[in-house]
Amino acid sequence: MDTVIHTDKLTKRFGDFIAANEITFDVYRGEIFGFLGANGAGKTTAMRMLCGLSKPSSGTATIAGFDIYKQTEEIKKNIGYMSQKFSLYEDLTILENIRFFGGIYGLSDKQLKEKSEQLIGTLGMECEAKKMVGALPLGWKQKLSFSVAILHEPKIVFLDEPTGGVDPVTRRQFWDLIYEAADSGITVFVTTHYMDEAEYCNRISMMVDGEIKALDTPAKLKQEYAVTSMDEVFYRLARGAKRSE
Amino acid sequence: MRTLKFLLQKEFKQIFRNKALLPLLFVVPIMQLLILPLAADYEIKNINITIVDHDHSPYSHKLISKITASGYFKLANYVIGFNEAFDDIEKDRADLILEIPQGFERNLIREDGAAGQTDGEQLYVAVNAINGVKANLGSAYLNRIIADYNADVRMEWAQMPRFNLFPTIEITSSNWFNPTMNYRFYMVPGILALLVTMIGAYMCALNIVKEKEVGTIEQINVTPIKKYQFILGKLLPFWFIGIVVFTMGLFGVGWLVYGIIPLGNLFLLYAYLGVYLIAVLGLGLLISTYTETQQQAMSIAFFFMMVFILMSGLFTPIDGMPKWAYVITQFSPVTYFIEVMRMIVLKGSEFANIKTHFLIMVVFAVVLNGWAIYNYKKTS
Repeated sequence: MDTVIHTDKLTKRFGDFIAANEITFDVYRGEIFGFLGANGAGKTTAMRMLCGLSKPSSGTATIAGFDIYKQTEEIKKNIGYMSQKFSLYEDLTILENIRFFGGIYGLSDKQLKEKSEQLIGTLGMECEAKKMVGALPLGWKQKLSFSVAILHEPKIVFLDEPTGGVDPVTRRQFWDLIYEAADSGITVFVTTHYMDEAEYCNRISMMVDGEIKALDTPAKLKQEYAVTSMDEVFYRLARGAKRSE
Repeated sequence: MRTLKFLLQKEFKQIFRNKALLPLLFVVPIMQLLILPLAADYEIKNINITIVDHDHSPYSHKLISKITASGYFKLANYVIGFNEAFDDIEKDRADLILEIPQGFERNLIREDGAAGQTDGEQLYVAVNAINGVKANLGSAYLNRIIADYNADVRMEWAQMPRFNLFPTIEITSSNWFNPTMNYRFYMVPGILALLVTMIGAYMCALNIVKEKEVGTIEQINVTPIKKYQFILGKLLPFWFIGIVVFTMGLFGVGWLVYGIIPLGNLFLLYAYLGVYLIAVLGLGLLISTYTETQQQAMSIAFFFMMVFILMSGLFTPIDGMPKWAYVITQFSPVTYFIEVMRMIVLKGSEFANIKTHFLIMVVFAVVLNGWAIYNYKKTS
């Protein structure tokens, strides 16, 4: 199996506070990798390091084969990122957002045209294509920003709580998009608080107090902790946490 | 290049879609330029004067009508006692009191004494100095009028001797570059300079910080956009808008409304404007790198604007400031731009005259932008 993310003792300190402590794991190509943990466990910090938004304090990592310290610009060409905060431009239309983000990733005019038609078709947003993004319902925005994040066909896409505040039906649709992306060979790295979503992942890791406490498939984790649902796995692991919000 | 194209497209769309920002960029500066020069006028009219006339003679009346006819003074009250007059000052009805003593006429033109001799007559002027500028100028105007009046009287009574027994030096000044001493000629270029500064520093800072606040900058930071591309994408639109607003102000308002026709080379003026805008945009950029919210950026930008407005020689000549204040003015890019504006527009100065100004502005541009770019981080 191809390794697309490899980290070795990756650590991030803010003064005395260790947000992420010696994280070591591998993520394989085409995999949906769930990144779980309570609030404040260090998920976002870890993810920001992997995206090149934050410099690690120590440890090493390679993303899509590129070094996290020296080749950040190469990494950026090969990843997509969808942050917790909605981060498309609300005062641009759907089409303009697609054009802009596609454009800065270097897509040609022809590609841009094809891609945006295709994307708007898949999302069923033909009527809204010329509407301001700010006017869309949250669920639509999330689907749109995911689609924009993978517009340039990155090797890996990082999703930071992509379905927060979204209704169950839209969440289901959102995961359909994720599966589709994974099928096309994009590795999906996703953080979530929904345990049903955790079940959809190929493998998950559990972060507690800045450290990875468990890493396996959902089935094996349930087996290991002798419980029937991911909820209980999460509860067992997170209960020991010293940090809270 | 292609990336920059997309960035600029996006930026212009956003600016022209922002219904709150557009009038702020294009309408407000023009309005200010129409209104401010009328108000920011050093010439003071309508000084309220209360006159205490103890003499009631034709000569005292003549003096009074000369004062009121000057157009600078408004006769607030005409009273017989100083106490009444002082009451006017206390109640803020008068800015000045002129007391004409008894026997004014008699002393002035008595045959045995030389008319208008300095010891011949005493007028008393009391000034309400709460508004220092008004008081100062008021008494200066009054002095001038009385001196003039004095000369008139002399002419009437002491013209006879062939030789002027009391040679006096009279000063006649001619006002170069602004012959009618029209304050608007002086203020309009200065205010225009200030407005362009606000657009540059404020708008640029707020625009970038807004992306931080909303979180879109994070999305930009995970893309392969280069630092310089992002910064150029932010600076160029406002650079362009700054030039458009300046042109509107210079020709639309300055020329059409105030009749100010730039004397100097327009190319030189715009070249200086171009460099100047880069410098103030750099300041805006720098502010944005040190702030996280629009509120913070606004407060800091406001602080700088205050210093710029008060210490750039717009309202008060910088040469008259104390040494320490003078030093501060030299660190404000606005000082140089206002000077250059006045030099090129009113005096028609050429490159040789503003060479130093040019050089200093280039240094400002390089330092401010360099600092900002150094401080702007895609990663934390």
